Amino acid sequence: MSHPVAPATGDGRIRTPLPFPTAARAAVADPQLRANLHRATRTIRAKRARVVDEVPDWEALRDAGSAIKADVQRRLPELLEQFEASATAAGATVHWARDAAEACQIVVALTRAAGADEVVKVKSMATQEIELNEALEAAGIAAYETDLAELIVQFGEDTPSHILVPAIHYNRAQIREIFQRRMSDAPADLTDEPAALAEAARAHLRRRFLSARVAVSGANFAVADTGTLVVVESEGNGRMCLTLPETLISVVGVEKLLPTFTDLEVFLQLLPRSSTGERMNPYTSMWTGVTPGDGPQTVHIVLVDNGRSAVLADPVGRPALSCIRCSACLNACPVYERAGGHAYGSVYPGPIGAILSPQLTGVADNASLPYASTLCGACYDVCPVKINIPEILVHLRQQAPHPPAERATMRLLSWVMRNPRRWAAALRLGRVGAGPLGAYRERRTGARTLRRLPWPASAWTRSRDLPLPAPQTFREWWGKQ
Amino acid sequence: MRIALFITCVNDLAFPATGIAVTRILRRLGHTVDFPADQTCCGQMHANTGYRAEAMPMVRNYVDVFDSYDAVVVPSGSCTAMIRDQYPRLHPPATSVAARTYELSELLVDVLGVTDVGAEFPETVTYHPTCHGLRMLRLGDRPLTLLRQVRGIQLVELGDAEECCGFGGTFALKNPDVSTAMLTDKCARVRDTGARVLAAADNSCLAHIGGGLDRHRSGVRAMHYADILAGASS
Repeated sequence: MSHPVAPATGDGRIRTPLPFPTAARAAVADPQLRANLHRATRTIRAKRARVVDEVPDWEALRDAGSAIKADVQRRLPELLEQFEASATAAGATVHWARDAAEACQIVVALTRAAGADEVVKVKSMATQEIELNEALEAAGIAAYETDLAELIVQFGEDTPSHILVPAIHYNRAQIREIFQRRMSDAPADLTDEPAALAEAARAHLRRRFLSARVAVSGANFAVADTGTLVVVESEGNGRMCLTLPETLISVVGVEKLLPTFTDLEVFLQLLPRSSTGERMNPYTSMWTGVTPGDGPQTVHIVLVDNGRSAVLADPVGRPALSCIRCSACLNACPVYERAGGHAYGSVYPGPIGAILSPQLTGVADNASLPYASTLCGACYDVCPVKINIPEILVHLRQQAPHPPAERATMRLLSWVMRNPRRWAAALRLGRVGAGPLGAYRERRTGARTLRRLPWPASAWTRSRDLPLPAPQTFREWWGKQ
Repeated sequence: MRIALFITCVNDLAFPATGIAVTRILRRLGHTVDFPADQTCCGQMHANTGYRAEAMPMVRNYVDVFDSYDAVVVPSGSCTAMIRDQYPRLHPPATSVAARTYELSELLVDVLGVTDVGAEFPETVTYHPTCHGLRMLRLGDRPLTLLRQVRGIQLVELGDAEECCGFGGTFALKNPDVSTAMLTDKCARVRDTGARVLAAADNSCLAHIGGGLDRHRSGVRAMHYADILAGASS
């Protein structure tokens, strides 16, 4: 397939409305949020490390996962056609959506055709990405989230802030308050015990499952050779949605393909250990088209591009499409831990969001995200499919529009540093020029530090002293020998 | 063996003591070290901030200056990682010299086979493994192996040692709030150890953490571990 023009970029909830540093400022200043994130990410991080350490061939599994995904990306059009043929042969109807709006239109039309004015939903990143709930609501269709955390977020009229734990930014007291305010059938004596909160949600959702005629899901994997879709979950609410309603509509990003059913053996080991820190997740549901007399009798699959072809077209950025949404990189990231998921503005927060969102929308529309990282590399170390996130961040920074003052400074520095004579002169100038700055103090070995500088250097001196040029540069010392 | 010192721009200007320390350590071990004056900067700040074209002249200059040496020693895990990890991708002729470029502890432990450099430093010291040394170079415990042999030193473990300090080059300026939050936590962990000295393999990260420690008058000194290894035992 050749594109006459650059492939279309995506739309939906993948665009940060505020620059990352601005959005992060509020989160950093919120001690409750900081404490919630600190506790939650550390707990999952430790669990993941424990169960990963017990797998002797973990590195080989990562390599296998990475290789299978690279293969998918090399021959995606062919595998998609194979998937469509297999799923159609099994009784499903396959639809293609170029962008978020088109995907939403298809789901709305299918729901109306089924004669329903409400749907139950399995937790799905793809539907969050295309803002399906909002589109359904605008069409007069009620969408009910059934995943516990998604339900909390929906009741809270909030957006998810984590891929795996969408309500990670709330503690249990806050969740109890949300349930009491918004869940009409919440017990009057509801406590903030996790079991009590889960039981209240379970009772609330039971009626929804039994009455719903249409369910909407995503899929963790779509298997090309069998036409099978797979959902991996912990609570069992997904399986209720996937088995009880008459009509099932699955919204699936085109990158979710796996070539063969046996490839699942790799990913069903990588995913639960990386995401929840469990050896195996409690529920893995697979469905292949329609089975007469068992489960949904009408199955639709909406394959969504929404910018993925544009990502695929970039050989350096492309591995971002290997992501299996485990969220290990979020839990490992010290920036995510301080800034929280909302600062990234997208349904894909954390390190993967910092490379995926700008690629889906075009870097210019998410220009602060590639800089939302110290390039510490913790994300790359834990990624089950070995996405080199720091390398892609640096790659995207080359494409980001640069502030004119920064560009001028960097060009000047480059002009000075590329020439040894100019560089030596600049060092001399820096060393001599630092003298009259005066206010320095002798605090560290050989280093003099400054406490307050005007903007823009105040970004540094707000929280730390700045070392000044030493009284003698190294090359001056060397020259005197 | 012809060993050259790549001082790095930050060390040359603000932390010359670390370059002097590397020179002393190598001379004490019986090696000569060259300082080619035409060196400037590795270009990491430009490349990592999104200015690859502006970094390229420095990449080429590095190859011109150092290609003839058997080994290049760099007292910075971050600059070494730039050269070893990024140079071959940015500029294929750099592949050979990149492979012969070593962070100080790699040169001492792997190339020269030395773990005891004859140092003395009677202080309590805690060690922060900086991110690029840790995850790109996989330095492991090489710097600690060297520090453990130092006479009089008392090493204490740093909590959450492998967590980034929040420096990240221009990250500290572009995301000052998040950077400060990370710095605050790192400084707290350092103070929890009760150590009087914080050591690391990168003066840029140390300028950041040390700047935070100074700001809060913690009394903890931030030092490159080479500065510790340079102190000779009598």
